[in-house]
Amino acid sequence: MAIILGIESSCDETAAALVTSERHILAHKLAGQEEAHRPFGGVVPEIAARAHVDALEPLIAAALDEAGLELADVDAIAATAGPGLIGGVMVGLVTAKALALAAGKPLIAVNHLEGHALTPRLADPALCFPYLLLLVSGGHCQLLLVEGVGRYKRLATTIDDAAGEAFDKTAKLLGLGFPGGPAVERAAALGDPKAVKLPRPLLGSAEPHFSFAGLKSAVLRARDAQTHSAEDIAAGFQQAVIDCLIDRTKRAIAVAPGATALVVAGGVAANGPIRAALQQLAAAHDLPFSAPPLWLCTDNAAMIAWAGAERFALGLTDPLDVAARPRWPLDPEADKVRGAGVKA
Amino acid sequence: MRLADEAATLALGVRIAAVVRPGDVIALFGDLGAGKTTLSRGLLSALGLEGEAPSPTFAIVQPYVPPETRIPVAHIDLYRLDDAAEAEELGLDDLLEDHVLLIEWPERLGDALWPDALRLTLIRTDDGARCLTAAVPKAWEDRWPLT
Repeated sequence: MAIILGIESSCDETAAALVTSERHILAHKLAGQEEAHRPFGGVVPEIAARAHVDALEPLIAAALDEAGLELADVDAIAATAGPGLIGGVMVGLVTAKALALAAGKPLIAVNHLEGHALTPRLADPALCFPYLLLLVSGGHCQLLLVEGVGRYKRLATTIDDAAGEAFDKTAKLLGLGFPGGPAVERAAALGDPKAVKLPRPLLGSAEPHFSFAGLKSAVLRARDAQTHSAEDIAAGFQQAVIDCLIDRTKRAIAVAPGATALVVAGGVAANGPIRAALQQLAAAHDLPFSAPPLWLCTDNAAMIAWAGAERFALGLTDPLDVAARPRWPLDPEADKVRGAGVKA
Repeated sequence: MRLADEAATLALGVRIAAVVRPGDVIALFGDLGAGKTTLSRGLLSALGLEGEAPSPTFAIVQPYVPPETRIPVAHIDLYRLDDAAEAEELGLDDLLEDHVLLIEWPERLGDALWPDALRLTLIRTDDGARCLTAAVPKAWEDRWPLT
């Protein structure tokens, strides 16, 4: 059994965790804001590299303490090396390098998105490759075929806004309060999803991608028309997002017949109606449905430690001069998609 | 300047791309849904970006470097920031050495916004078009109005 120390500092969170190759989370420590305030991946970003520096060392010490371990007991040290705000990423990565050098342990540079992609396997031991992953958060909206560790095929991505961002901005536009995701969900429960006609960008389109910017603009127009309640607009908005997510995921299922399960991860998976619709879609295609617990869906260090454990098991470690990367696509081979309407 | 639709906003981004240089700051003012990201997308695409230019709201700083784009561009969104002190932590001055800075929600910078930034304000009109106003600093006098 291997024990991996995971470090996350790519944008909104500073966190450290200890996870074993046997799927035991021995400790998880998260700095800063309450998780409840950031359901879609963060609304209070931690910009300051200095704040990550201040937080990280005590977090690692506390994690080791909670697990009753010394650094010497750890088998490898994994840290997010991107994508993310470069200042924060460098703090986590340099800390990991220093610990790896001092303790003579291997370093594993983890792609933050790989953490999200593999974490469903931490939560669900029955989940096998390949599986279809819908990653929906404040910063991402992607459909990935997870074929194995380090083998990701991006089937679709958003060409503009992420789904969680659309929720946050809709809440803001309708004055529904904060945090945006749950606020829209609550308002939507009181509204009529059919009352306001809102667009479903790219629905039924031959191209596989997502787009939510136009929906945001339509919410703005509906608000300014002053003919409908905020609840009806919220309900219409939420239904439009559901219809888009389902349509695009259905398309992905069709082009990935080998997938063994439909998995949803990311803060938006906390939305009840969205989750229910995806569950129904999976059932209709005879696919098992899996969703990690919410705290593992939002940014955390357990997912980095777990991705580290998966890579470590395959002997995938990194040299100490590995660089931090502000942008780091999971699938560099993915088809290029221009923004809607952009002509070459 | 009146921008009738999304295509017109994208086209304006393309025209700005023709005259932009590393070290330039373009500040994009305007409310949610005003078209700031659309204009940015037109600009990035004209600078050679073939992939998508997602909203930078979550990432805050989205850097693009050659060969992806002809010159380095940092697409920045300060929407999630609370104040200018936080923005200082982003190290934008360092980026400015060789990047174009394309900044959405520059209000968050307060007085720290560079005086020689090109300030563009997008406002939605009642008929759904956009009205663009430019405050042109000395550094842009020989480039604005766009030809």
